[in-house]
Amino acid sequence: MEFFRISRDIPFMRHALVFNVISLITFVTAVVLLAIYGLNLGVDFRGGTVIEVNYGHAVDFPRVRSAVDKLNLGEFSVQSFGSSETALIRLPLKEGLSSAQLSERVMGALKADDPSASQRRVEFVGPQVGKELYENGALALLLVSIGIVIYLALRFEWRFAVAAIIANLHDVVIILGFFALFQWEFSLPVLAAVLAVLGYSVNESVVIADRIRENFRKMRKASVTHVIDSAITRTLSRTIITHGSTLLMVLSIFFFGGETLHHFSLALAIGICFGIYSSALVMASLVMWLGVSREDLVRPERKRGAMAGEKILP
Amino acid sequence: MNRYPLWKYIVIAIALAFGLLYMLPNFFPEVPGVQVSSSKSTVKIDNALLDSIEGALKAAGVPYRGAELDPVGIKIRFNDLDTQLKAKDLLQTKLGDNYIVAINLFSASPHWLASIGALPMYLGLDLRGGVHFLLQVDMKGAIDKAADRYTTDIRSLMREKKVLYSGVGREGSNVVLRFKDEAERSRARNEIQNAFPDLLLREQDAGGGELRLLAGLKPEAQKRIQDGAVLQNITILRNRVNELGVSEPIIQQQGADRVVVQLPGVQDTARAKDILGRTATLEIRMVNDDPGALEAARTGSVPFGSDLYTDRNGEPILVRRQVVLTGDRISDAQSGFDQRTNEPAVHVNLDGTGARIFKEVTRDNVGKRMAILLVEKGKAEVITAPVIREEIGGGRVQISGKMNTREANDIALLMRAGALAAPMEIVEERTVGPSLGKENIEKGFNSVKYGFLVLAAFICVYYMLLGVISTIALSINLMLLIAILSVLQATLTLPGMAAIALTLGMAIDANVLINERIREELRWGATPHAAIQAGYERAWGTILDSNVTTMIAGIALLAFGSGPVRGFAVVHVLGILTSMFSAVFVSRGIVALIYGSRRKLEHISVGQAWHPTPDAAMAKS
Repeated sequence: MEFFRISRDIPFMRHALVFNVISLITFVTAVVLLAIYGLNLGVDFRGGTVIEVNYGHAVDFPRVRSAVDKLNLGEFSVQSFGSSETALIRLPLKEGLSSAQLSERVMGALKADDPSASQRRVEFVGPQVGKELYENGALALLLVSIGIVIYLALRFEWRFAVAAIIANLHDVVIILGFFALFQWEFSLPVLAAVLAVLGYSVNESVVIADRIRENFRKMRKASVTHVIDSAITRTLSRTIITHGSTLLMVLSIFFFGGETLHHFSLALAIGICFGIYSSALVMASLVMWLGVSREDLVRPERKRGAMAGEKILP
Repeated sequence: MNRYPLWKYIVIAIALAFGLLYMLPNFFPEVPGVQVSSSKSTVKIDNALLDSIEGALKAAGVPYRGAELDPVGIKIRFNDLDTQLKAKDLLQTKLGDNYIVAINLFSASPHWLASIGALPMYLGLDLRGGVHFLLQVDMKGAIDKAADRYTTDIRSLMREKKVLYSGVGREGSNVVLRFKDEAERSRARNEIQNAFPDLLLREQDAGGGELRLLAGLKPEAQKRIQDGAVLQNITILRNRVNELGVSEPIIQQQGADRVVVQLPGVQDTARAKDILGRTATLEIRMVNDDPGALEAARTGSVPFGSDLYTDRNGEPILVRRQVVLTGDRISDAQSGFDQRTNEPAVHVNLDGTGARIFKEVTRDNVGKRMAILLVEKGKAEVITAPVIREEIGGGRVQISGKMNTREANDIALLMRAGALAAPMEIVEERTVGPSLGKENIEKGFNSVKYGFLVLAAFICVYYMLLGVISTIALSINLMLLIAILSVLQATLTLPGMAAIALTLGMAIDANVLINERIREELRWGATPHAAIQAGYERAWGTILDSNVTTMIAGIALLAFGSGPVRGFAVVHVLGILTSMFSAVFVSRGIVALIYGSRRKLEHISVGQAWHPTPDAAMAKS
């Protein structure tokens, strides 16, 4: 079986401008969405309390709401979570109220209202911790980006590093745009997914960059556009198969992993889909615009002759 | 061609044996059990205890599957939950407060596996249920308390040295002294400097002819107080968690001022919070050594104005109800050695008022015993009850005799625990119920299972025999990953299980790269052997590059992530390493095994390698 039977190199770069305009539009849309709606930060980052309560029967939401409302805990929300028998209650941080006792008071009120209520999960994050988790997340994102740029600049060339990081941060922004548009909850696992996507999409950029370098060496007479087109075309099959495989696993997490991993797998799925597009088309055209040339890649290769040992198989 | 040297096969064989062996414990079910551990450092868990436990269980007719002694404590396995609970109650009553009897689940894996360190994966709280608390120690509170003590101490010092001052008070974390006379101020400065080397003194002239002297803690002293406060709180927490009867509690310092408490399996969070958050006080009272009083108390008639307690060795002791001193008069307690006899001792420092009271009491009670009690929630425990040898003035007390270094350490810690613990606050809580934990395991397992099955089916169909080889490599990857996670006892969380699924999805990338390369080489007319050779060789550089970038992301997550995210990162990073090994090293080994020995290889089963000419396209691959 073989899905991709492409006899001639597809002239992707002829349409480079179109792809870049599309990317720019999606990117700007994502930024605008983020600016308008903002991220729906979960309790991990915002601080507050989340209580997951299971009733043996379908949840009577108005009743749950009125039971919690009587406690006067500020603006809270009650939602169903996973199944109709489970309610998720979110409570804000409240000055002066001992956070530790908060969940007990709520559970006490709910049990008094309906004895079948049982607590499945409580998460409380204090304001300081939430702020730190947020800062650490941002720091991790920054460090990953810097680390990747440095590695690619050393391994390939600065143009590839810049192009790859722009292409992949563009994926990250688009994922965030989705989370802003649909107001999906942005939690710690989602952040992990975003960072994993960043590392994973760069994978893709690396594969294509590798091929571009190899083509420059092999196709001595071809133009830069042709070299890039050929690199994308030849890796296309692998790109789709690999991403398809990863997407398969991610969908498995989405369908079987339950509510907790729902947004996590969603972020991964979006990231993987856009990762294909951005690595193949955005990164490659950026490299082209930045003016990559045969000399840039082939010459450093000769300099690194001593390091050729990398190519030896185990 | 494509032959593989013997040593590589040996490496693969060793890796496989290792993987199989260490993955094995994860397949055994868990059986209900009871774990007995010691709640005090003085109480030892040994074979004698094991015998007596077994004896007790046999005498009561409680069937058990086996009992063993390990470094943590004694583990007894049972057939069902009812017997487990019955045995727990039985052992708790028999063994008393010196032992923690906790219910737990033990892996049913055979003993020899555990003895080579092969244990099941360590499940995080979101998978096994339990409580996670992050507590913050109030450092400002600790420093302010210290400043309070210095205020009292400096006041007594000034009186003792007859320095004329117009006022002493605390402002923030500084002690401020006011003087009218420059000479008195410099005298005070010298005296304070000599008596309290931890203080940094600064002169300040306020308006109106008032001369001020500011005494603040030196940074190193501050750091010592803060470190001490955290350590102390950890000690207190340990004592309290012991009371909860949790089998594998984790109590660790995190950062400069935080403590993580993880209590797997604890369901009653209200009680856990209550016990962790309670405050302990220290009381010094006189021992009632009236002849016959103790005997009378033991038979049930406790004399009026006295209480019957047990000390840390379980001996009964009768203590008068009147409190001589409370813990806030104790400024420090350190273990050390008696300067004359070189015996282990505890050195206690009292503040000014405390010293005065202590002097009076010791003068009147030479030869009698004095009990130091730690009172928690109305429950008092006698830490130690030394005999007063002589009148003790100056606020420096030494408790010595009949104790070893570790006991001296314990006593000092407990005294500090009751004396100057900085307040703690819960800043993060995560509680997961046991049913949710079980569901999470199932969900995580299903994600991996179904994803893997579909992926394997697809790869096998798409790449034929090489696809089967890739799938074998992928299975070996999964096996090694589980084995390494088990060996490292890294915490597996639900995001960690998702990371296993994700890692498998990403790991197949390496094989796809290789297989696509082989097809491509074939397409351009390479011989099968050359195609395999070139496929693996050319793909390797790419695989390495792409894994390094994924690794960068994984390591950043590991460094900055917390809780469930860290669980994700651990698996992610380990998965990258195992996948590089299995996808390249192992799969090539299998390919070499199948194709390597055939000199005239005409065809590789890698699925159809389509040729871009119409005729070749029709040819069967």
